[in-house]
Amino acid sequence: MSLRAPLGKVLGLGSAKDGTEHWWAQRVSAVALVLLGLWFVVSLAGLGSLDHAATVAFVAAPLHSVLIALLCATLAYHSHLGVQVVIEDYVHNPGIKVVSLVASRFAHIFVAVASIYAVLRIGLGA
Amino acid sequence: MSNPDRPLSPHLSVYRWPITMTLSILHRGTGIAMSVGLLVFAAWLVNAAAGAAEYTRFADLMSSLVGRLFLLGWSFAFFLHLANGIRHLFWDAGRGFEKRQANASAWFVLIVSIVLTAGFWVLLQ
Repeated sequence: MSLRAPLGKVLGLGSAKDGTEHWWAQRVSAVALVLLGLWFVVSLAGLGSLDHAATVAFVAAPLHSVLIALLCATLAYHSHLGVQVVIEDYVHNPGIKVVSLVASRFAHIFVAVASIYAVLRIGLGA
Repeated sequence: MSNPDRPLSPHLSVYRWPITMTLSILHRGTGIAMSVGLLVFAAWLVNAAAGAAEYTRFADLMSSLVGRLFLLGWSFAFFLHLANGIRHLFWDAGRGFEKRQANASAWFVLIVSIVLTAGFWVLLQ
Protein backbone atom coordinates (compact mmCIF):
# COMPACT_ATOMS: atom_id res chain seq x y z
CA MET A 1 0.00 0.00 0.00
CA SER A 2 1.39 3.38 -0.95
CA LEU A 3 1.18 6.20 1.57
CA ARG A 4 1.41 8.87 -1.10
CA ALA A 5 -1.71 10.92 -1.79
CA PRO A 6 -3.02 10.79 -5.37
CA LEU A 7 -2.24 14.48 -5.84
CA GLY A 8 1.33 13.92 -4.65
CA LYS A 9 1.77 11.13 -7.19
CA VAL A 10 0.58 13.41 -9.97
CA LEU A 11 2.72 16.41 -9.03
CA GLY A 12 5.80 14.34 -8.20
CA LEU A 13 7.33 17.05 -6.01
CA GLY A 14 6.74 17.85 -2.34
CA SER A 15 6.53 21.24 -0.67
CA ALA A 16 10.27 21.74 -1.24
CA LYS A 17 9.49 22.03 -4.99
CA ASP A 18 12.57 19.94 -5.46
CA GLY A 19 13.29 16.26 -5.51
CA THR A 20 16.51 14.33 -5.01
CA GLU A 21 18.19 15.57 -8.20
CA HIS A 22 20.95 17.44 -6.37
CA TRP A 23 21.78 14.48 -4.14
CA TRP A 24 21.86 12.10 -7.12
CA ALA A 25 23.90 14.46 -9.31
CA GLN A 26 26.50 14.74 -6.53
CA ARG A 27 26.73 10.94 -6.16
CA VAL A 28 26.85 10.15 -9.88
CA SER A 29 29.53 12.80 -10.51
CA ALA A 30 31.40 11.40 -7.47
CA VAL A 31 31.43 7.90 -8.98
CA ALA A 32 32.67 9.36 -12.29
CA LEU A 33 35.42 11.22 -10.42
CA VAL A 34 36.55 8.06 -8.60
CA LEU A 35 37.29 6.55 -12.02
CA LEU A 36 38.60 9.69 -13.81
CA GLY A 37 40.51 10.93 -10.76
CA LEU A 38 42.28 7.64 -10.12
CA TRP A 39 43.21 7.37 -13.81
CA PHE A 40 44.57 10.92 -13.74
CA VAL A 41 46.77 10.64 -10.62
CA VAL A 42 48.10 7.21 -11.67
CA SER A 43 48.96 8.64 -15.12
CA LEU A 44 50.53 11.74 -13.56
CA ALA A 45 52.64 9.66 -11.16
CA GLY A 46 53.84 7.51 -14.07
CA LEU A 47 54.85 10.41 -16.32
CA GLY A 48 58.34 10.87 -14.89
CA SER A 49 58.68 14.40 -16.23
CA LEU A 50 56.15 17.22 -16.07
CA ASP A 51 58.05 19.66 -18.29
CA HIS A 52 56.24 21.36 -21.19
CA ALA A 53 57.03 18.77 -23.87
CA ALA A 54 56.06 15.80 -21.66
CA THR A 55 52.85 17.48 -20.45
CA VAL A 56 51.74 18.45 -23.97
CA ALA A 57 52.54 14.95 -25.30
CA PHE A 58 50.52 13.41 -22.45
CA VAL A 59 47.47 15.67 -22.92
CA ALA A 60 47.60 15.47 -26.74
CA ALA A 61 47.13 11.68 -26.95
CA PRO A 62 43.54 11.28 -28.24
CA LEU A 63 42.23 9.11 -25.40
CA HIS A 64 43.96 11.35 -22.84
CA SER A 65 42.41 14.50 -24.37
CA VAL A 66 38.94 12.98 -24.09
CA LEU A 67 39.46 11.76 -20.52
CA ILE A 68 41.01 15.05 -19.33
CA ALA A 69 38.17 17.04 -20.96
CA LEU A 70 35.68 14.78 -19.14
CA LEU A 71 37.69 15.26 -15.93
CA CYS A 72 37.55 19.08 -16.34
CA ALA A 73 33.78 19.03 -16.87
CA THR A 74 33.05 16.57 -14.04
CA LEU A 75 35.39 18.32 -11.57
CA ALA A 76 33.74 21.68 -12.26
CA TYR A 77 30.25 20.17 -11.97
CA HIS A 78 30.97 18.29 -8.72
CA SER A 79 32.76 21.35 -7.27
CA HIS A 80 29.78 23.54 -8.25
CA LEU A 81 27.37 21.20 -6.45
CA GLY A 82 29.56 21.12 -3.32
CA VAL A 83 30.20 24.86 -3.13
CA GLN A 84 26.45 25.42 -3.64
CA VAL A 85 25.69 23.37 -0.49
CA VAL A 86 28.39 25.19 1.48
CA ILE A 87 26.96 28.58 0.49
CA GLU A 88 23.41 27.45 1.34
CA ASP A 89 24.64 26.24 4.75
CA TYR A 90 26.66 29.25 5.85
CA VAL A 91 25.36 32.34 4.00
CA HIS A 92 22.13 33.43 5.64
CA ASN A 93 21.57 36.87 4.11
CA PRO A 94 19.18 36.18 1.17
CA GLY A 95 20.74 38.80 -1.12
CA ILE A 96 24.34 37.75 -0.52
CA LYS A 97 23.28 34.12 -0.82
CA VAL A 98 21.76 34.56 -4.29
CA VAL A 99 24.72 36.64 -5.52
CA SER A 100 27.20 34.04 -4.16
CA LEU A 101 25.31 31.15 -5.76
CA VAL A 102 25.18 32.87 -9.16
CA ALA A 103 28.84 33.96 -8.91
CA SER A 104 29.91 30.40 -8.02
CA ARG A 105 27.95 28.99 -10.94
CA PHE A 106 29.46 31.49 -13.41
CA ALA A 107 32.99 30.88 -12.06
CA HIS A 108 32.64 27.10 -12.35
CA ILE A 109 31.33 27.30 -15.93
CA PHE A 110 34.17 29.67 -16.82
CA VAL A 111 36.80 27.30 -15.36
CA ALA A 112 35.23 24.32 -17.14
CA VAL A 113 35.15 26.05 -20.55
CA ALA A 114 38.65 27.54 -20.15
CA SER A 115 40.23 24.21 -19.20
CA ILE A 116 38.40 22.20 -21.90
CA TYR A 117 39.36 24.83 -24.50
CA ALA A 118 43.00 24.44 -23.39
CA VAL A 119 42.77 20.65 -23.78
CA LEU A 120 41.31 21.08 -27.29
CA ARG A 121 44.09 23.51 -28.28
CA ILE A 122 46.73 21.02 -27.10
CA GLY A 123 44.94 18.02 -28.64
CA LEU A 124 44.42 19.71 -32.00
CA GLY A 125 47.96 21.11 -31.95
CA ALA A 126 46.85 24.74 -32.30
CA MET B 1 9.79 29.48 31.41
CA SER B 2 12.86 29.49 29.20
CA ASN B 3 16.17 28.87 30.89
CA PRO B 4 18.93 30.77 29.09
CA ASP B 5 21.61 28.57 30.65
CA ARG B 6 20.26 25.32 29.25
CA PRO B 7 22.65 23.47 26.92
CA LEU B 8 21.85 24.19 23.28
CA SER B 9 21.66 21.50 20.64
CA PRO B 10 23.85 19.84 19.39
CA HIS B 11 25.77 19.95 22.74
CA LEU B 12 29.13 19.78 20.98
CA SER B 13 31.05 20.65 24.15
CA VAL B 14 29.89 17.62 26.15
CA TYR B 15 31.35 15.09 23.70
CA ARG B 16 34.78 13.56 23.70
CA TRP B 17 35.89 14.60 20.20
CA PRO B 18 35.02 11.61 17.95
CA ILE B 19 37.12 10.67 14.92
CA THR B 20 33.96 10.58 12.77
CA MET B 21 33.44 14.30 13.44
CA THR B 22 37.02 15.03 12.37
CA LEU B 23 36.47 13.18 9.09
CA SER B 24 33.16 14.95 8.48
CA ILE B 25 34.82 18.34 8.87
CA LEU B 26 37.84 17.26 6.82
CA HIS B 27 35.58 16.07 3.99
CA ARG B 28 34.00 19.51 3.64
CA GLY B 29 37.31 21.30 4.25
CA THR B 30 39.18 19.29 1.60
CA GLY B 31 36.26 19.82 -0.80
CA ILE B 32 36.46 23.59 -0.41
CA ALA B 33 40.27 23.49 -0.70
CA MET B 34 40.02 21.54 -3.95
CA SER B 35 37.45 23.96 -5.38
CA VAL B 36 40.23 26.57 -5.05
CA GLY B 37 42.78 24.06 -6.37
CA LEU B 38 40.59 23.61 -9.45
CA LEU B 39 41.80 27.08 -10.54
CA VAL B 40 45.42 25.84 -10.41
CA PHE B 41 44.48 22.66 -12.29
CA ALA B 42 42.86 24.80 -15.02
CA ALA B 43 45.88 27.14 -15.02
CA TRP B 44 48.13 24.10 -15.57
CA LEU B 45 46.23 23.19 -18.77
CA VAL B 46 45.84 26.80 -19.97
CA ASN B 47 49.59 27.45 -19.56
CA ALA B 48 50.45 24.14 -21.26
CA ALA B 49 48.31 25.25 -24.22
CA ALA B 50 49.81 28.76 -24.22
CA GLY B 51 53.38 27.61 -24.92
CA ALA B 52 56.72 26.59 -23.45
CA ALA B 53 57.61 30.02 -22.00
CA GLU B 54 54.27 30.45 -20.21
CA TYR B 55 54.33 26.86 -18.99
CA THR B 56 57.87 27.17 -17.61
CA ARG B 57 56.88 30.30 -15.66
CA PHE B 58 53.88 28.43 -14.18
CA ALA B 59 55.98 25.31 -13.43
CA ASP B 60 58.66 27.43 -11.69
CA LEU B 61 55.99 29.05 -9.52
CA MET B 62 54.53 25.67 -8.53
CA SER B 63 58.03 24.19 -7.93
CA SER B 64 58.85 26.84 -5.33
CA LEU B 65 58.68 25.84 -1.67
CA VAL B 66 55.31 27.54 -1.17
CA GLY B 67 54.04 26.06 -4.44
CA ARG B 68 55.10 22.56 -3.41
CA LEU B 69 53.46 22.94 0.00
CA PHE B 70 50.17 23.88 -1.68
CA LEU B 71 50.47 20.96 -4.12
CA LEU B 72 51.20 18.61 -1.21
CA GLY B 73 48.09 19.91 0.57
CA TRP B 74 45.92 19.56 -2.54
CA SER B 75 47.16 16.02 -3.22
CA PHE B 76 46.36 15.02 0.38
CA ALA B 77 42.95 16.72 0.03
CA PHE B 78 42.35 14.75 -3.17
CA PHE B 79 43.14 11.36 -1.62
CA LEU B 80 41.23 12.06 1.60
CA HIS B 81 38.15 13.34 -0.25
CA LEU B 82 38.37 10.36 -2.62
CA ALA B 83 38.67 7.76 0.15
CA ASN B 84 36.08 9.40 2.38
CA GLY B 85 33.81 9.88 -0.64
CA ILE B 86 33.87 6.12 -1.20
CA ARG B 87 33.07 5.74 2.54
CA HIS B 88 30.06 8.01 1.94
CA LEU B 89 28.95 5.89 -1.03
CA PHE B 90 28.93 2.82 1.25
CA TRP B 91 26.75 4.75 3.70
CA ASP B 92 24.46 5.73 0.81
CA ALA B 93 24.06 2.00 0.13
CA GLY B 94 23.04 1.56 3.78
CA ARG B 95 26.26 -0.12 4.93
CA GLY B 96 28.78 0.68 7.68
CA PHE B 97 26.55 2.73 9.99
CA GLU B 98 27.41 0.85 13.23
CA LYS B 99 29.46 2.98 15.61
CA ARG B 100 32.42 0.56 15.55
CA GLN B 101 32.34 0.34 11.73
CA ALA B 102 32.10 4.14 11.33
CA ASN B 103 35.04 4.69 13.70
CA ALA B 104 37.13 1.99 12.02
CA SER B 105 36.39 3.28 8.50
CA ALA B 106 37.26 6.82 9.62
CA TRP B 107 40.72 5.74 10.80
CA PHE B 108 41.12 3.56 7.69
CA VAL B 109 40.33 6.53 5.40
CA LEU B 110 42.77 8.78 7.28
CA ILE B 111 45.64 6.26 7.14
CA VAL B 112 44.98 5.28 3.51
CA SER B 113 44.97 8.91 2.36
CA ILE B 114 48.28 9.63 4.14
CA VAL B 115 49.85 6.50 2.60
CA LEU B 116 48.50 7.31 -0.90
CA THR B 117 49.75 10.91 -0.67
CA ALA B 118 53.23 9.70 0.35
CA GLY B 119 53.22 7.07 -2.41
CA PHE B 120 52.10 9.62 -5.02
CA TRP B 121 54.98 11.99 -4.18
CA VAL B 122 57.55 9.17 -4.14
CA LEU B 123 56.40 8.09 -7.64
CA LEU B 124 56.34 11.71 -8.85
CA GLN B 125 60.00 12.39 -7.92
